[in-house]
Amino acid sequence: MQLSISLLEITRAIDSWLNSIFHPHVAFGIELVLAGVAVILLVVAMAVLMVYAERKLAGFMQMRLGPMRVGKYGSMQAIADVMKLLLKECLVPTNSDKMMFKLAPFVVTVVSFMTIVPIAFARGIQLWDINIGVFYITAVSSLSVIGILMAGWSSNNKYSLLGAMRSGAQIVSYELSGGLALIVVVMMSGTLSISGIVQAQADGWWVIKGHIPVIIAFVTFIITSTAELNRAPFDLAEAESELTAGYHTEYSGMQFAMFFLSEYTNMFVLSMVAATVFLGGWMPFHIAGLEGFNHFMDYIPGIVWFFGKTFFILFLIVWFRWTFPRLRIDQLLKLEWKYLLPVSIINVLFAAFIALMGWYL
Amino acid sequence: MGSVSILLLMFCGFAFAALAIGLGNKLSLKRYNPEKGEAYECGMETQGTTWVQFHVGYYLFALVFLLFDVEIAFLYPWAVVFKEIGMVAFIEIVFFVLVLFLGLLYAHKKKALSWM
Repeated sequence: MQLSISLLEITRAIDSWLNSIFHPHVAFGIELVLAGVAVILLVVAMAVLMVYAERKLAGFMQMRLGPMRVGKYGSMQAIADVMKLLLKECLVPTNSDKMMFKLAPFVVTVVSFMTIVPIAFARGIQLWDINIGVFYITAVSSLSVIGILMAGWSSNNKYSLLGAMRSGAQIVSYELSGGLALIVVVMMSGTLSISGIVQAQADGWWVIKGHIPVIIAFVTFIITSTAELNRAPFDLAEAESELTAGYHTEYSGMQFAMFFLSEYTNMFVLSMVAATVFLGGWMPFHIAGLEGFNHFMDYIPGIVWFFGKTFFILFLIVWFRWTFPRLRIDQLLKLEWKYLLPVSIINVLFAAFIALMGWYL
Repeated sequence: MGSVSILLLMFCGFAFAALAIGLGNKLSLKRYNPEKGEAYECGMETQGTTWVQFHVGYYLFALVFLLFDVEIAFLYPWAVVFKEIGMVAFIEIVFFVLVLFLGLLYAHKKKALSWM
C-alpha cells in the first residue's frame, strides 16, 4: 500500500477534473496557464531563496552572521533587495545601442526559462519529456552567451565589452568538457531523454555504479558548470576589482535584476541537470541487500530527493566561491584546453571501453 | 505536454521580464540628468571609442571551439546506440576522436591555445 500521495497523482487528478468540466481545448489552455505560473513561481522562489542562502552561507564561511536586520535572521533580505531594485531607475546610456541594450535582458531571461522544459522534478512531473533532453539543455543553455555579448557590446562601455568577450570565450570553451562529461552518462544509459536517464538509475546512481569514468565526468561537469555560470573562481567576466561589474556595468534597476535572476536560474538548472544525470534525479538512495533501509528511503517523496540533491550541488558551487581565488584569463583557458578537454576526451573513450568490457554493473 | 511547452516557457520568460521591467519603470522615480547617461568608467570622462577591433586571440578559441563542438554533436547519437553496436562502434569512434585529438595537438603546437 502506498502511503504518500505522489505529485503525479495530483496532476492527473487536476487534469481529469478540468477535462470533466471544460471542453478539452479549454482544459489544455488552463493547464498551460497553470504550468506557466508554476514555472515562474519556481524561478522566483528559487532565486529569492538562493540569494538569501548564498549570503548567509558566505557569512558563516567568513565567521560573520550575514544579513540579520530585515526580518527574523535576515530572512526578508532578498525581498527587500527586490523592492529596492523595483524602485530604481532603469538608466540607458546616451551613447549606447539602445535597442540591443534593452533587448539583452529579455534574451537572457527567455533562454534561462527555456532550459527548464525537460527537467524532471519527480516521477512524471516534467513539462515535456523530450527524447533528446540532455542535448536540448546543452544546446539552449549555450544561447545565453548571445544575450551576454549583446549586453556587453551595446553598453558602449569598455568594461562591459571586455567582460562580455571574456565571458564569451569562457562559456564557449567550457561547454566542450561539459558536453563530453554528459556523453559518458548518455553512453551508459543508452538514451538522451531525462526520464530515461533517471529510470536507468533505479538500481543505483551513476556516480556510484558508474565507477571511475563517471566520477571523473561528475567532477569535470561541476567545474565546467561553475565556469559556464561565470561564478567564482571563474568570475573574470564580472571581476569586481578589475571590471566594475563586467557586462552588466551599465544596467540598473529591473534590467539589472533580470541579469541577476537569469544567472541564478541558470545556476539552479545546471545543478538540477547534474543532480539528474549523475545523482539519480528523484530516485531514492538504495543499498542493495538492506530491504528495510530501502523501504524507508522509498517513503521519502521523489521531489524531496530531487531538491535535496539540487541543493547539495548548489551548496558545492557556493562553497567554491568562498574558497578559491579568481583565476587569470590565461590560466582559465589553459585549464580548459590543456587539462579538462584532453582528460574528458580520453575519459569518454575509457568509459566506452569499460562499458564494452562489461566491467561496470 | 508536448512541444507547446517550449513556446510556453519562451512566452513566460518574455512576459515575466516585460512585466518586471515595466513595473520597475512605472514605480521608479525619474529625474533627467545628462550625467546619468554617461558611460560608467570609474568616474573619469571616457577616452576614445569602445567599438574597436578586438584581439584576435578570442577568435582563435572560437574557431577551435567550433571544431570540437561539432565533434561533440556527432558523439551524442553515437553514445545513444553505442551499446547495441558494440566493438565496431568503439573502434570507429577511437579513429574519429583520434583525428580530432591530433587537431588539438596541432593547435597546441601552433601556440593557438596559449594566451597572447
